[in-house]
Amino acid sequence: MANTALVAEHTARTLYDHLPLLQVLVPFCAAPLIVLLGSRRLAWPLAFVSSAVALIISVMLMMSVREGGYISYTMGGWSPPLGIEYRIDTVNAYVLMLISAIGTVVLPFAYVSVKDEIPSKNHSLFYACWMLCLTGLLGMVATGDAFNVFVFLEISSLSTYVLVAQGAARDRRALTAAYDYLIMGTIGATFFVIGLGMLYMATGTLNMADLADRIADQGANRTVRSGFAFIVVGLGLKVAMFPLHLWLPKAYTFAPSAVTVFLSATATKAALYVLMRFIFSVYHPDFSFTTNALEIIFLPLAIIAMFSASFIAAFQINFKRMLAYSSIAQVGYMLLGIAILTETGLTAALLHMFNHGLAKALLFMGVGALVLRTGGAFYTQISGLGRKMPLTCGAIVVGGLSLIGVPGTAGFLSKWLLVQAALERVSENSLFLLVSIAIVLSSLLAVVYVWRVFEVLYLREPNPDSTATEAPLMMLIPMWILAGSCLWFGLSTDFLYDIANQAALGLLDGSMGMLDSNKTLGVE
Amino acid sequence: MEFYTLDTMTALYCAMLLPFLAMAGNMAFSGMQNIRDTFTLLCAVLTFSCVLVILSNVGNDVTEPVSLFSVFPGVDIAFNVEPLGLLFAIIASGLWILTHIYGVGYMRGNNEKHHARFFACFCIAISSVIGIAFASNMFTLFLFYEILTVSTYPLVAHKGTPESIRGARTYLAILIGTSVALQLTAIIWTYVLTGTLDFTQGGILEGKVVGWVVPVLLGLYAFGIGKAALMPFHKWLPAAMVAPTPVSALLHAVAVVKAGVFTMLKVGIYIFGIDFLADTGASEWLMWLAAYSIIAASIIAMYQDNLKKRLAYSTISQLSYITLGMALASSMGALGGGMHIAMHAMGKITLFMCAGAIYVKFHKTEISQMTGLGRAMPITFAAFFIASLSIIGLPPLGGSWPKFLLMLGAVDTGHYIIIGVLMLSSLLNVAYLLPIVGRAFFMPVPNDTPRTYNEAPILCWLPPALTAIGCVILFFYAGTLQDFLTPIVQK
Repeated sequence: MANTALVAEHTARTLYDHLPLLQVLVPFCAAPLIVLLGSRRLAWPLAFVSSAVALIISVMLMMSVREGGYISYTMGGWSPPLGIEYRIDTVNAYVLMLISAIGTVVLPFAYVSVKDEIPSKNHSLFYACWMLCLTGLLGMVATGDAFNVFVFLEISSLSTYVLVAQGAARDRRALTAAYDYLIMGTIGATFFVIGLGMLYMATGTLNMADLADRIADQGANRTVRSGFAFIVVGLGLKVAMFPLHLWLPKAYTFAPSAVTVFLSATATKAALYVLMRFIFSVYHPDFSFTTNALEIIFLPLAIIAMFSASFIAAFQINFKRMLAYSSIAQVGYMLLGIAILTETGLTAALLHMFNHGLAKALLFMGVGALVLRTGGAFYTQISGLGRKMPLTCGAIVVGGLSLIGVPGTAGFLSKWLLVQAALERVSENSLFLLVSIAIVLSSLLAVVYVWRVFEVLYLREPNPDSTATEAPLMMLIPMWILAGSCLWFGLSTDFLYDIANQAALGLLDGSMGMLDSNKTLGVE
Repeated sequence: MEFYTLDTMTALYCAMLLPFLAMAGNMAFSGMQNIRDTFTLLCAVLTFSCVLVILSNVGNDVTEPVSLFSVFPGVDIAFNVEPLGLLFAIIASGLWILTHIYGVGYMRGNNEKHHARFFACFCIAISSVIGIAFASNMFTLFLFYEILTVSTYPLVAHKGTPESIRGARTYLAILIGTSVALQLTAIIWTYVLTGTLDFTQGGILEGKVVGWVVPVLLGLYAFGIGKAALMPFHKWLPAAMVAPTPVSALLHAVAVVKAGVFTMLKVGIYIFGIDFLADTGASEWLMWLAAYSIIAASIIAMYQDNLKKRLAYSTISQLSYITLGMALASSMGALGGGMHIAMHAMGKITLFMCAGAIYVKFHKTEISQMTGLGRAMPITFAAFFIASLSIIGLPPLGGSWPKFLLMLGAVDTGHYIIIGVLMLSSLLNVAYLLPIVGRAFFMPVPNDTPRTYNEAPILCWLPPALTAIGCVILFFYAGTLQDFLTPIVQK
């Protein structure tokens, strides 16, 4: 293979050449370091510094692959497909950036929130798990090796179960939530690895680019097809694709606030990326079973998710739980974008991944701040706080508007693109007119559930004996950074749109996008 | 003079940002009401001057769009100046000054709460109206259209009573619902079909769509622009009457509803194109629906005892004049519609301010309670009378001209029944507006009503008196106004 020959002579000379590895290695090293130092005071600074370094690395990676092309990094000089390869192109650089950016912004918030919600003896272990979770998420996105994806998926999942269970100090139900998540997550991971096994059996390789190449050569057979089914179901569980979403509301509701913020904006997104990678790059979109799966299974399920989850969200009386259900609905939008299977659709899905990450992280932080001050997220507990915590509630309003998709916020643009994608396909199949109507109607349901919160915060009388005051600065700053980005990316999308579009093009090229990219970067 | 060297775009941005400055001022000085209200007044005057600077710089030319942000390929957040938008901006910012003065009198005279929040939201609404007026493409317009909806919600819910929250919910549900479900779909569809959303002389859809898509798309726009209160999506307007009267006066007689019909005209003239509509006959059904709205809303208005509700239904009927002007698909109709934006604004704001003045002084909301009130409040009721005549469309008041132009448009297109509709509507206007004045002046005064001069505070009666005089003045400048607007229908 011409391509691997190009990459084989990998002799990295500068630190810059090691960026793909460092992206994962920095938080990975931070985790044991935190445990070994065992110091409560050092845990947070270490976690923050390594997240910030990860963010800088991901931005640098993004800058080098922004125009297309990819960076291939081989572990220990073993050339792929035998060795493990990290392969950074526009798509995963984009997701890496989202994950590390949210991971960094959340930490200042976590500092206050964790102190309040988790017993102090657990702090250093908590941040170690946090770093492992970050490692896992970054790793499963960065790697170009299918089995390596599974390894990192498990690293992130196992640490997530621990993180969710930390909510037990506040509410014992966090333990059952974590246990549920553990069972479901393990089933998902098992399905995924069974699928990988089948692929390995059929092709004899685990390198994604090589897999793509070989599947393209030999065409579809039953093993390859069943592998596809297992992989989709396994990842569907991780993505919280309807009806595999049952673990999500509980886990998000009972996890500590900071963990919910982090997970909601990153975990499902990373799994979604892997799902896209497998659907579009490893398997071709030209395989009839891929297209069928998207149009017959993904599309209706996505629409059902958008409606049913939004509907359930409208009846919640707990702010945090409401947001969890809204997340399921929003995942529906992303899956719908994928299922529309056009450049615009994929761009919409990728853009919505980012925009929803921003808005949801912001809203969950808002919940965290309210919980810090009032002790709970039930509507009765947070009513009338708009006057007492104006900055927190102001940020919640911005996040809520972006979740609805009001013009001028980031959420609007992804919904716009989604409707546009559906309408573009009306000429070939008029059913897509219904799809576009479904999108706008379901976003009206978002108005209902978000507006309920606004009314609770601003129009209801505050609890007479509530002594809530404005949230601390360490919480307000990250919240307003995210609120600012929700507004900024709502007006000026050039930057994000171009990247998402480039990423969508890369994905749509199918396996060709992985194999014959016009250039390789960072390789001598 | 230094003042006039301000270039057009700077003045435009200033006009949009000054209300925001006023909002910030309201937040900052929330405790000091005199400083706060004077500061807002100053900003309002400056906003109006900025719009006048644009007028003196541009006249009735159409300027090139200037882009602020790029959103998608072919879609920008961009602004330009054209006569219809400029007219709308002049009306909104000019009447803001008067309404602000009136609002200060009303809020203080009525002991309403949360003044700072009230005026702050008011400022955001004005800023978004200016944005709507100068938007150079449908995307930008939609952006400000939605900001306007969201920012007026707290104003409608201002009192915080269960009734006002219910009203505000209806308000929001209909406006957001129609705009997202229908208008947004229409906008994106237009973008998919044409690849652009810029307002272009002669429209952008011609040659891009044929057959059933044209009326369907027009329908999505017409119903999607919920602010135009076309039946059956008109319920939000009576529901919004729970708001304090300055809101009803400026926003629900002028800014919000006019933003709706302004959008309607923009879509008709610059997205579809008058000629394209005429050629395809796609707007014929809309014309009949508008005619139905005119008559039906007038009849409902006759049965309303609550003064503000009656005025709200009257507004619904009058707004349909403008929709009708667009749907006639003739240049006279479009001109009449454009002119009616100005004339109706002047008349209806007067009526609402009078209703508010009565409420401040005597706390009366029902027409049946207003018997004999004319002796106590002669200025208020005189202003009410003049404005009623203007709404009815009698000379020498401004409201007569747009009706005349609309009738010309109906003749041009051969729709003689529409002339009958317009005449019938005038008669219905007489039937629901003049009895209020008659009851106040000529019916015997009940015992609990003062017989001698007992006017509302000056801040409450002076602004409506001024706008009533404005109705008379507009009659004599209708020609100027028509010349000013002519470029919008030129090929």
